[in-house]
Formats: sequence, C-alpha cells, structure tokens
Amino acid sequence: MSAHNESILREPLITGENITYSKITDDVLVPVENKPNKAWWIGFTVAALFALLWVVSVGYTFYVGIGAWGLNKTVGWAWDITGFVWWVGIGHAGTLISAVLLLFRQNWRNSINRSAEAMTIFAVICAATYVVSHMGRPWLAYWPLPLPNQFGSLWVNFNSPLVWDVFAISTYFSVSLVFWYTGLLPDIATIRDRAAGVRKKIYTILSFGWAGSVKNWQRFEAVSLILAGISTPLVLSVHTIVSMDFATSLEPGWHTTIFPPYFVAGAIFSGFAMVQTLLLVVRKVMNFENYITMFHIESMNKIIIVTGSIVGVAYLTELFIAWYSGVEYEQYAFLNRVSGPYWWAYWSMMTCNVISPQLFWFKKIRTSITASWILSIVVNIGMWFERFVIIVTSLHRDYLPSSWVMFYPSIVDVCVFLGSIGLFFTLFLLFLRVLPAIAIAEVKLLLKSASDQVKQKQIAEGHVKKEEGEAYQESLTKYDSVDYLKV
Amino acid sequence: MGTHNHTTHNFNEQFEFSGKAKTWSLVAMLIGIVAIAYGFLIDSSEHHSERTFANLLLMGYYFTCICAAGAFFLALQFVAQAGWSAGLLRIPQAFAKVLPVAAFILILIIIAGLFSHNLYHHWHLEGISDEKHANFDPIVAEKSSFLNAPFFLLRQVVFLSIYSIFAVLLTRYSNAEDKLGGLANYNKSIKVATIFLVIFGFTQPIWSFDTIMSIEAHWFSTMFGWYNFAALWVSGLCAITLTIILLKKSGHLTWVNENHLHDLGKFIFAFSIFWTYVWFSQFLLIWYANIPEETVYFYKRWEDEYKFWFWLNIVINFLAPVLILMTRDAKRQTNTLMFVCILLLCGHWLDYYMMIMPGSLEEHRDFGITEIGIAIGFVGLFTFLMLTKLASKPLVPQNHPLLEESLHHQI
Repeated sequence: MSAHNESILREPLITGENITYSKITDDVLVPVENKPNKAWWIGFTVAALFALLWVVSVGYTFYVGIGAWGLNKTVGWAWDITGFVWWVGIGHAGTLISAVLLLFRQNWRNSINRSAEAMTIFAVICAATYVVSHMGRPWLAYWPLPLPNQFGSLWVNFNSPLVWDVFAISTYFSVSLVFWYTGLLPDIATIRDRAAGVRKKIYTILSFGWAGSVKNWQRFEAVSLILAGISTPLVLSVHTIVSMDFATSLEPGWHTTIFPPYFVAGAIFSGFAMVQTLLLVVRKVMNFENYITMFHIESMNKIIIVTGSIVGVAYLTELFIAWYSGVEYEQYAFLNRVSGPYWWAYWSMMTCNVISPQLFWFKKIRTSITASWILSIVVNIGMWFERFVIIVTSLHRDYLPSSWVMFYPSIVDVCVFLGSIGLFFTLFLLFLRVLPAIAIAEVKLLLKSASDQVKQKQIAEGHVKKEEGEAYQESLTKYDSVDYLKV
Repeated sequence: MGTHNHTTHNFNEQFEFSGKAKTWSLVAMLIGIVAIAYGFLIDSSEHHSERTFANLLLMGYYFTCICAAGAFFLALQFVAQAGWSAGLLRIPQAFAKVLPVAAFILILIIIAGLFSHNLYHHWHLEGISDEKHANFDPIVAEKSSFLNAPFFLLRQVVFLSIYSIFAVLLTRYSNAEDKLGGLANYNKSIKVATIFLVIFGFTQPIWSFDTIMSIEAHWFSTMFGWYNFAALWVSGLCAITLTIILLKKSGHLTWVNENHLHDLGKFIFAFSIFWTYVWFSQFLLIWYANIPEETVYFYKRWEDEYKFWFWLNIVINFLAPVLILMTRDAKRQTNTLMFVCILLLCGHWLDYYMMIMPGSLEEHRDFGITEIGIAIGFVGLFTFLMLTKLASKPLVPQNHPLLEESLHHQI
C-alpha cells in the first residue's frame, strides 16, 4: 500500500484536529466504557419488546403449526421465505466490506467494517430463525444434516438446493464469525488493558491472550488476508445458492439463468443500504463523525447506485427474455407481475430499487445525511418487495386457473417479521454496548496517511500542487465534521 | 521499492512501431487475407462460405470485444479513482482508440453475412414469418418485431457508434492532459467514464443477445449477456497484460514493475473464476430444470463433434488460470503470467467458437486453415492498429494526478 504517497486528491478518512492514537481509543470506547444513555435505553426497550413479539409469534407457530400463517394451497411459500431471503441478503454487506474491499485495498472500509460484520452476523441469525420456524417441527431441525439413516432421519437429498443452502449459510456464518472475531482481538485487548474488576476478567478471556507483539500482528495480517480470500467466494456462493432455491425449479418467473449473479448484486445492494441505515444513526448518536466521514457515506451511496443499476439491468433482462423466449407461461408470469393484481408490489419494487437510487447521481443528495438515510430505508423496503414479487406473484396464479388465489398474511406472519427486526436491533444495540463499533486498531493505521490533519499539514508545508490542494479543500465543503471556513 | 522511482525513467519515451513487430503484424494480416480467400474461393466443401463467415464473425466480435474491454478498463480506473494503474493507462487507451475500426469491420461482416444468408439464417430467411410460406417458423415469427434485419442493424450501428465515441473521448481528454496538465481533463474523464459505464452496462447484454445468441434464434438465456461480458473482460485483461509484458521485454515501460503485474494477474485470476461462475450457473440451471427448449443448446454441444471442445473450454479457461495463478509468486513472474495470458486468449477464442459454431455450422464444424488463418489475420490487424495508435503518444500520461501513486505502487 502506497500509504505515504497517497495523493492529496483522496478525501480524508479521519477528520478533526488534534486526533491522536489515544484520542481514537477514547472516542471509540465511550459507549463501551460508560453507562448507556437514555436514547440507548429507549431504543433497547422498543427493540426488546419486538423481540419478545418474535418469541410469542414463533412460539405460537410451533404450537399450532405453520397453518398459523396465511399460506394456502396455491401459495405455499410467502412471507416466511421472503423474510428469510431478505435477511440473508442484508447479511451480505459485512463480509463484502471486510473481504472484498480489503482485497481491493479500499482503506475506507477500516471504519465501517466492524459494524457491518456485526450486522452481517445478526442478519444471518435472523435468517436462521426463519429456517427453523419454517420447519414447523423445530425439534427435527437436524434433519437437513447428512446423518446416517440409523440415526432416525433419512439421508438428505443432495440434489436439493435447500440442502445446499444449509451448507452454504452455515459455512458463511462460521467464516464471517471467525473473520469478525479475529478482527476484534486487538480491540478487545485494548478494552481489557483499560478495564478493571470483573470486566477485566471477561475481556481477558475474550482477548485470547493478545499481547500486541510483532508476531501477533504479523499473524493477524496474514490470517486477515487468508480469511478475506476464503470469504469472497463464500459471499458469492451464499446468495447464488439462495437464488437456486427458485431457479432450479420449473416455475415460470423463477427459472431463469441470470438469477445467481442478480441475487448476489441485490444482496450487496440491500446489505449496503442496511449498513447506511444503521451507521448514519450510530455516527450521530455516538459522535463518530470524525471516523465515519462524508467520504464513507458518499462511497456507500455510490455502491448503492451501482448495485441498484445492476439489479435494474437484471429486471429488464428478465422482462425482455420472457417476451423473447416465446414461452407463453413465462410471458404471462411477467405480464401478471407488471399489470396483475400485484402490480403495486412490482412497481414498488421498481421504484424503490431502480428508480429512487438514481437520485444519488446528484451530489447534493448523496452527500445529504437525511436523504441518504431515507433512501437507504426505501431500498430496504424495495428489496423486501423484490422477494415478495418473485415469490408470491409467481405462485399465486399457477398453471390451473381454477386454483388462482391471492395471498393474505395472517397476523402471525406480520408478527414474525416485525419480531425478527426487533431481534436484529436488540442484538445490534447490545453489540454497541460491549464491543467497539469501529475497528480501533485499523482506523489508527490511517491516521498518519489519510487524515485531514496530515493532509492539511502537507498543504501548509507546500508539498502538494496548488491546484490539487485547492481541489482537496473544496472537497471538504460537503463534510459536516469539518469547519470549512476555519481551514 | 525506490522512493525515487521517477528519477530513473524517461517519461517522454515514445514507442516506435517498426522492425520485427511491424513486419510480423503485416505478415499476419496477409495470412488472414489468404485464409479468407481460401475459405471463399479454394475450399470446395459444401459449407465453405458459411464456415468462412462464421469465422469472420467470431474474430470480428472478438476483436471488437477486446477493444471495448480497453475502453471499459479505462473507464473503470477513472470511476474508481484508481491510482495503481495510472502508469499503464496508455495501453488500454491504445485499445480503445482502435474500437471505431473494429466496430466498423464487425458491422461490415454482419451486413455481408446477413444479406448473403451465411449468418443469422436461423431468423433471417424469406417467408420465415409468413404462415403460408414453406419456411414459416412460428417461434421466430413471434419475435420478428425484434429480430428483423433493419432493426437488428440499427441496434448494431447505434450501440457500436456510442461505444466508439466514448472510447475516443476518454482517450482525447488524456491527450489534452499531457499538454495542459491540471485537473480539468481528469475530472472530465471521470464524468465521461461514468456515462460510458452506464450506457455500456445497460446495452451490452442486448448487444450480445443480438450478435451471438440470435445465431440460435429459438434459444434464450437471461445470463447470456453477462456471460459474454465475462469473456470480454477476461480476454481484454489478458490482452492488456500481454501487451504490457511484451513492451517491458522490449525495454519500454520501465516504471511498470512486478507489483502492477501482480495486480493485473489478480484481476485475471478473479475474473476467470467469475467467468466460470457465470458459465456454470447457466449450465447448471438449464441442466437441472431440463426444459427441452433450453437444453437443446447443450445437447448440440454434447454431440461428438463438440464434446471434447466443450470440456476443454472449462479446462483452459478455469482450471488453468486457477491452478497456475494461485500463488503470489506466479502472478509476479513475467513468463508465467505471459503464458497464462496467451493460453486464456486462445481459450476465449475457443469459448466464442463454442458459442458460434454449433448454431451456424452445426455438425459440419471444422478446424483448419480457415480458422487458424483468419484468427492470425485479426491478431495481426489488431496488433498493427493498436501499436500504431500506441506509438502516437508518449507511453505514460505524465500529468495524470495519481501517477505518483502508480510509481510507488507496492503490494
């Protein structure tokens, strides 16, 4: 990495004056080392109540069976699988940020990777709860595992993409967890070194004896790179396999070859939107404006336009090929999506996923925190609709017109979904209290090369071309964390 | 690495296109002309003119794709604000500058093939959408509002002209930057690159549906556009890398070192896997669902004439780069990387061969003078045009604002 030759044209990844290594540690650990404030308690209470709702509604589902949901004989798969795919998709950004951006040497990942990975893990947990609640008989949850017949279950059907899913997601979850935890080790050790009493004991155990020696760091770097190499194909594989749950079938609207990469792009899209939703609040509430800067926000918005447009290309390709194929069932499936009784779902999806992210082409909008936050929620909604459209509109009008029906979710369907959101936020809020939300050690790496104070010094000392220095200063006007007039 | 990297290089260095390179590219072009003449006039087998046209389409498309990949590479570097590649941008620029010529040749081949009924006869045939005609084909008739000669040619001309205009624009700003310095041209390049990427991203799938997929007009696959993009991108990266290596071997581009090659090697490695991912997803989903109108595509490729080549395609384009380029050292050794580039360039010729021949020549496919000669001819043409363009400007965009990062690039 050509750190000391970084061009002045690159915007700062750390802003603020008099930032030192110890100040970074202090700033990031404020929420971990102090009692939570009122805002946290309010958020946590609301989230926990929703999580409780999840316990109740899933408990009810287990008690009466999945007949509690709004499924009928034509639509046998609806909000349950929609929720599952939605969560798995959101669970993509963390590893993408950590692994793929690491491989591409994008240093701006350093201050957002920690929260994004935590989010990944919690989103995959939410997805896993859907798998279990799907089963109706959770005490038989071991059936998808290839256990010998003598054990009591039948040998699994390896031809089924649902079994591939079990392997893909559990592998992804394990590797993401290891990746996240490995990255946490130096930071946990930092907390340990500053803590006392029981907290010190706990963090001592959690830090796995991290000593900060050269050897520790060398191994840390090596293992990060190896895990990044392993997780990159894994990120792709997970949503590929999820897409194959649908695409291997003969269902018009599901069976289409573009599904694997299109699902992956959609997953990255929704994952980044969720990171944006969470971090914009976190940076404000926890005063992380100097570490999660406007450059980070703008970069994520750019990724949202790119992936949103890729998804758009896929939507249009599907529509076009449905017509071009000359297969009347395929043509009808898409005609029904666009103009059938679920037209509003289709057009919500198109508007939220393809059209509204195009607003990010305007610099004013992609550097506005409010607009970014609202649009990130819009994307989350759109991606939920995408799965709903794919799943329900393809199923509700099958080959036999006499069995055509609409799908209406039951109250239990709605509660399971809302509850899973509560579960997600409960876990995320707990994470913010006990672990640093920003990778302290990794952000420190950037202080001497990519911070505003270093760049200002270079300009002041006349090390950079005048025009480039001015371009740099001008780029700071959009930063809410820099007082532009002062510089 | 030397922090004084820039002191030892001659940034005004210009490539001189002469000597062996020039002679051999002219000889290669001559071989191509002879092969075309052989295919049309001397070869007396039944399908000789179809075969010659199929090969012309293959190489015309390949040639255009390689040049478009140069423009795409260039645009990507600007949009991603990449610093590492600043020192080697003149090579993809030379590719992009040839795109208008390549596009023109491709359009000529398509027009000639279409109207002489040597190409696209699956949908371009008299009476094909006339119910009373003996040639009536109900499936093609249904899509004839899209697949008809005027609209088809219009799309080709519009898409290829837009790509060409943007390719030339992208290089023009860089030339202006050489003279004027400053950031204005760099900023303009970013804008143009963004617009190009959006247009290319939305139209490229249709362009490959038209040019290649419509050879088998009954068959359809939503993945086909991205599959062709993957082939375009991998082969383009290989051509860029190979050009850089050969230039370095002849003593040019001293500022490009093993770190830059390592990054190019990583790209080739990663996107070979991506190509395989797309290839395999398309294959697996069609095989699994087993719907006759889709599997027909792979049935043809499973016949004796093609089966060996079908599998060889995967071996060359997936197994070889993955196994050879796996280690860090392999990507940093010039000769290993050069070998993989040449192998993959041949591999993607085979990839296009497998896309085109089963639909056009079917069981009459062949491999001989026509195939080899036309391929050599186009390689010569590309080399000649690209090196001529390369020679017109200094080998480094010396006022590129991120050049320092490229010179000190170390991984």
